[in-house]
Amino acid sequence: MGDVTEGARPFPPGAYPVVVVGSGPGGLQVSYDLRRHGIRHAVISDDPAPGGMFRRWPFFQRLLSWTKPHAPAPRGSRAYERYDWNSLLADEPEARALQPELMDGSSYFPSRPEMEANLARFAERARIEVRYGCRWTGTRQVEDAGGSGFVLTTSDGEYRAEVLVVAVGVAQPFTPPGVGMELTHHYAEVRPADTYAGRRVMMLGKQNSGFELANGLLPWAREILLVSPSTAKLSVQTRSLAGVRARYVQPYEDHVLGGGVAILDAALDRIERTSGGDGSLTVHLRRTDGGGDLVVEVDDVISATGFVTPLLDLPAIGCTISGRSRLPLVTSWWESTTLPGVFFAGTIGQAAKGLVKHGVPANSGAVHGGRYNARVLAERIATTRFGVERRRAAVAPGDLVATIAGELAEAPELWHQRAYLARVFSTDPRAGLVDDGVQPLTFFLDDPGPDAIAVTLEADGSGAIYPVLYTRTGGEIQERNLEPDPLLRYDGPDVRASIASIVREIVPGVGAGA
Amino acid sequence: MRRMVEQAELLDSIAGFSLFADLSAPQLEGIIHIFDERMFASGETVLHQGLSGSGFYVIVEGEATVAVDGHERAKLGRGDFFGEVSILLGAPPIADVIATTQLHCLVLSGPGVEPFLVANPKVMFRMLQAQARRLRAANRWGT
Repeated sequence: MGDVTEGARPFPPGAYPVVVVGSGPGGLQVSYDLRRHGIRHAVISDDPAPGGMFRRWPFFQRLLSWTKPHAPAPRGSRAYERYDWNSLLADEPEARALQPELMDGSSYFPSRPEMEANLARFAERARIEVRYGCRWTGTRQVEDAGGSGFVLTTSDGEYRAEVLVVAVGVAQPFTPPGVGMELTHHYAEVRPADTYAGRRVMMLGKQNSGFELANGLLPWAREILLVSPSTAKLSVQTRSLAGVRARYVQPYEDHVLGGGVAILDAALDRIERTSGGDGSLTVHLRRTDGGGDLVVEVDDVISATGFVTPLLDLPAIGCTISGRSRLPLVTSWWESTTLPGVFFAGTIGQAAKGLVKHGVPANSGAVHGGRYNARVLAERIATTRFGVERRRAAVAPGDLVATIAGELAEAPELWHQRAYLARVFSTDPRAGLVDDGVQPLTFFLDDPGPDAIAVTLEADGSGAIYPVLYTRTGGEIQERNLEPDPLLRYDGPDVRASIASIVREIVPGVGAGA
Repeated sequence: MRRMVEQAELLDSIAGFSLFADLSAPQLEGIIHIFDERMFASGETVLHQGLSGSGFYVIVEGEATVAVDGHERAKLGRGDFFGEVSILLGAPPIADVIATTQLHCLVLSGPGVEPFLVANPKVMFRMLQAQARRLRAANRWGT
């Protein structure tokens, strides 16, 4: 901990209503919002400072997520969040839209150090306290006179919590087992780029990390091969964040123009040291595109095979995990389905996949999606676990159409978490029409609640982004898609008229919303 | 790349499914990388009646029920698949599919189904066979 004295460190071991583990964007945002709801909690982190994975990665030091210093909405406004994927969320003006302040203008993708500085400044200005240098080492469930909960063992001692929020990232390098895989090195162990000068380098994996390395090694490596069993998908083709981002497509162009980069659809059979002792490797591949087997000689094989979720012993005490990233099985509210009381924030939030309509995933694995999930999660914990009353503002029926159109025009939650987070307006027998806030869409669809309307923005994989209103009447759900607008403007008179015709079925007295 | 041990288990599982019965081992390996894996909790709605944009699902492990307007119509289990009809017709599903146990599926998004079937005609043929069986059963039911 350097020169930080023990007395200055917050959150000594002990009992807390909530313990948050992690000091990346997810941990910082959920801590901010728990405090906003008055929920006492401790935040612990193994790291020495805020930032999580951004303290180290991406390897080539430039993010994939943009922040537009000059945008159609004023910096610091709620609408500006649509154009700033990297700042965390706060009410105080001095803690809002921090990323653009820290960018040097050379790119609208912040550099890694700029992102790290953004998160550090947020922690400072939003006064987020974290017990750094405190490593989570184990977990056990307890049920005694003090109630039910969890005990976390850490490098500093034991913490007891009623609720545990795990925000440790999908951050543990993963190399699959296989014959000769010990001869490879992982993305997390890549050497400085100039050490690959004149070498033949094979990347196992055709996701962003593989393409990022290939892109960065174009000026250095003699030959580059990208190998995985399935065909590379590009984000500009999937029209979502599923696929290789445009920033890293250069190796693909090099490949299709015959520049020397090879992109192969093949499964790895085995890797061997090449006989002769020059240190090169012989890689045996089985093509999955119908071609024959291949044997390739290279100097380096890098496993761009991703990361898994470091959940320590949570699976052993009942937290079911699944899939290639070892993500937990969770509810719509990011709570373990098999270990209630354990919630997940940050990139692990992608475990709650939502509907994935038309194959378009939510952005929960990125800061611009996860920050809204964290806000919704904190409210959920506060209201369902600690008796905090949900704020449900009354909405005059005559204002509903304009309110919905206003949300469609600028609500960053809806723009960033399409078909995933919804703004809900419910009829309440006592309070009348109320704003039920932002909720996971899948919760709304499965909840046998009162008559209500859920508003989302969605994409169908064709490039169109359009509003969808889900009505719930007598427990029956209907999906109503509005026409896409080529300029993505959803607060004009035609859209308001469409909204009015739908919401009138649920809420009498709705005007045209002009 | 998927974890090798689990990949081997998954390959063993799906190799026995009638849908994939005509595929060679390398082709199967390619297929499990085209599909995503999803795990659903018991009680979770996998396919929503009336909602657009759904996917094609193959059950690797677990059970689910098919319900129309809340009335159970069929049960599904290991090796069964669903969701293809709404994708082929470009219309929302006419039934809910709800997991009745923890449900492990392979999933292909709607836009991915046509290129997948065109590239794998043997799978398309097996799917047609399954549809023909369902149609015959429905016709018998109707007479």
